[in-house]
Amino acid sequence: MALANSPEGADLARALRKRPFRRPGENLIQVALLLCAVVSIATTFAIIYVLFSDAIGFFREVSFWHFFNPGNEWQALIDPRTFGVWELVVGTVNVTLWSMVIALPLGLAAAIYLSEYAHAQTRRFLKPLLELLAGVPTVVYAYFALTFISDDILLPLLGGRISFFNSLSASIMLGVMILPIIASVSEDAMASVPRDLREAAYGLGATRLEVAFRVVFPAAISGIVAAVLLAIARVIGETMIVAVAAGSNPSLSFSPLETIQTMTGFMLQVALGDAARGTTDYTSLFAVGALLFLMTFVLNVGAQIVVRRFREAYE
Amino acid sequence: MSASESTPEAVGLRAEGRVARRQAWSRASRWILLGATLLGLVVLVVLGIDNAITGIPALDWDFLVSYPSRKAELAGIRPGILGLIWVLALTVILAIPLAVGAAIWMEEFAPRNAILTTVRLNIANLAGVPSIIYGILGLAVFVRLMELGPSILAGALTLALMILPMTVITSVEAISQVPPSIREGSLALGATRWQTVWNHVLPGAMPGILTGTILAVARAAGETAALIVIGAAAFIAADPSLSFAGLLDSFTTLPMQVYSWTLQTKPEFRANAAAGIIVLMIAVIGLNALALVVRDRLRRN
Repeated sequence: MALANSPEGADLARALRKRPFRRPGENLIQVALLLCAVVSIATTFAIIYVLFSDAIGFFREVSFWHFFNPGNEWQALIDPRTFGVWELVVGTVNVTLWSMVIALPLGLAAAIYLSEYAHAQTRRFLKPLLELLAGVPTVVYAYFALTFISDDILLPLLGGRISFFNSLSASIMLGVMILPIIASVSEDAMASVPRDLREAAYGLGATRLEVAFRVVFPAAISGIVAAVLLAIARVIGETMIVAVAAGSNPSLSFSPLETIQTMTGFMLQVALGDAARGTTDYTSLFAVGALLFLMTFVLNVGAQIVVRRFREAYE
Repeated sequence: MSASESTPEAVGLRAEGRVARRQAWSRASRWILLGATLLGLVVLVVLGIDNAITGIPALDWDFLVSYPSRKAELAGIRPGILGLIWVLALTVILAIPLAVGAAIWMEEFAPRNAILTTVRLNIANLAGVPSIIYGILGLAVFVRLMELGPSILAGALTLALMILPMTVITSVEAISQVPPSIREGSLALGATRWQTVWNHVLPGAMPGILTGTILAVARAAGETAALIVIGAAAFIAADPSLSFAGLLDSFTTLPMQVYSWTLQTKPEFRANAAAGIIVLMIAVIGLNALALVVRDRLRRN
């Protein structure tokens, strides 16, 4: 070492070697920090264990085929009990479908406006306001859906053609709730489309609208897909809005005008009742919960895979 | 097209017309897109006004400080407000050290290998788990296994696990935005890694961590489904007691009260729900605004 060539340098080098760079306790702190990270892993395992151990209990009583047979109805809480989960899945798909019909065009329009049209200052002001829509407590949306959307608007407007509890009122509020997720994630994707692409299009005489829809939109498509997947995951996991406004009558209908029940709606119904431990009434909560967990898991992982692919393309 | 229209002049005119049309569409699109952007907000504002008209007659001082009652005009949200403050304070105390600890480990100490990637993916997935599933977890682990019952402590533990992933993600982001030069300077002066983190990285990341925490609290404040599943009460006619024994008291929160009034058919109770929503929305909007102010401070520094 050059440091050790002079006498003073040798002293310094010795001193540095002696100096404890780790204080006692430093290792302990690291272990404590590691434990904090381990809590998150433990949470995942706990969720899986809790859901699947009782779900297995459920499948000892009810066969897999009975559960997934589209011909069976879902009537879990009164005799004769039947557990055809498709009715609940279709209920969930029903509200997902109609809420996306509302949120997808509006969310993408907002993303395009914020990314391609708005001035930086407008964006700084509008984005947090829009994000507030996702921050409204869902019990508030639930009340709005039932009292204002269904009772005050849809029932007088559509009369006898719509049920008091209906999928449409829940879907409208769900659509408003997920608007910022679609807008925000898509806008991030659009903002990271390289400038050269836009400038090349402008140079060829394209208008702002054409640049937005024919250049930026296709270039950001994987980010937009990820946004949609995340929004769907959010909708299928949302409980209060559907439990309050969509009703509790499982049905294989995709109509927005009918009373339905979603998977989460059923789970809340069981939680509110007094089902005894060990009964199928009680374990069905875990079977449906396990299915819901798997669905959101697949959607979230899917979104992450799509996002990663999109990052590779432009960095 | 006939031959007379293919003279150079006619072609030029048609092209100009096309360009004018395209530009007109482009100009119009700005307003159409702005309208679509604002539509969701307009819906929320209209519903908010509708709600204010329904709720304000029921909203007075007595409503804030009274216990629930079978008579709608006597009922109030006192246990909901106190329960909410109590449970949120406990949630923050439980969740924030864990979240910041995990974030520090991930950013400052973790080896850059598959374990870290697994932890990251795991946290991203946990952030997408529906709140009702956290409720089931809380019911099985805290209420039943640890025998805490549907208590304030069980509620806070459940909410803490629920906001943990979101808080870790924002903390990681805040820590990663502290410039490396600050760490290098501190290490070069002989500080240990932990001294560097404690004295330099954490203070630099604090505004970001704070913003994330406030937003997470705003989310937990409105949570209803998870609390219903762990068995939190809808009506309680007593204040939560400020003691260690009080941690095991049953509790209610403002969203729980709003929910139970929503299910009532009498219009007077609906008015109570609307009044409760006004209070809840003021709290949530206040928290979001606070988060924005903190974030702006961060930008200015």
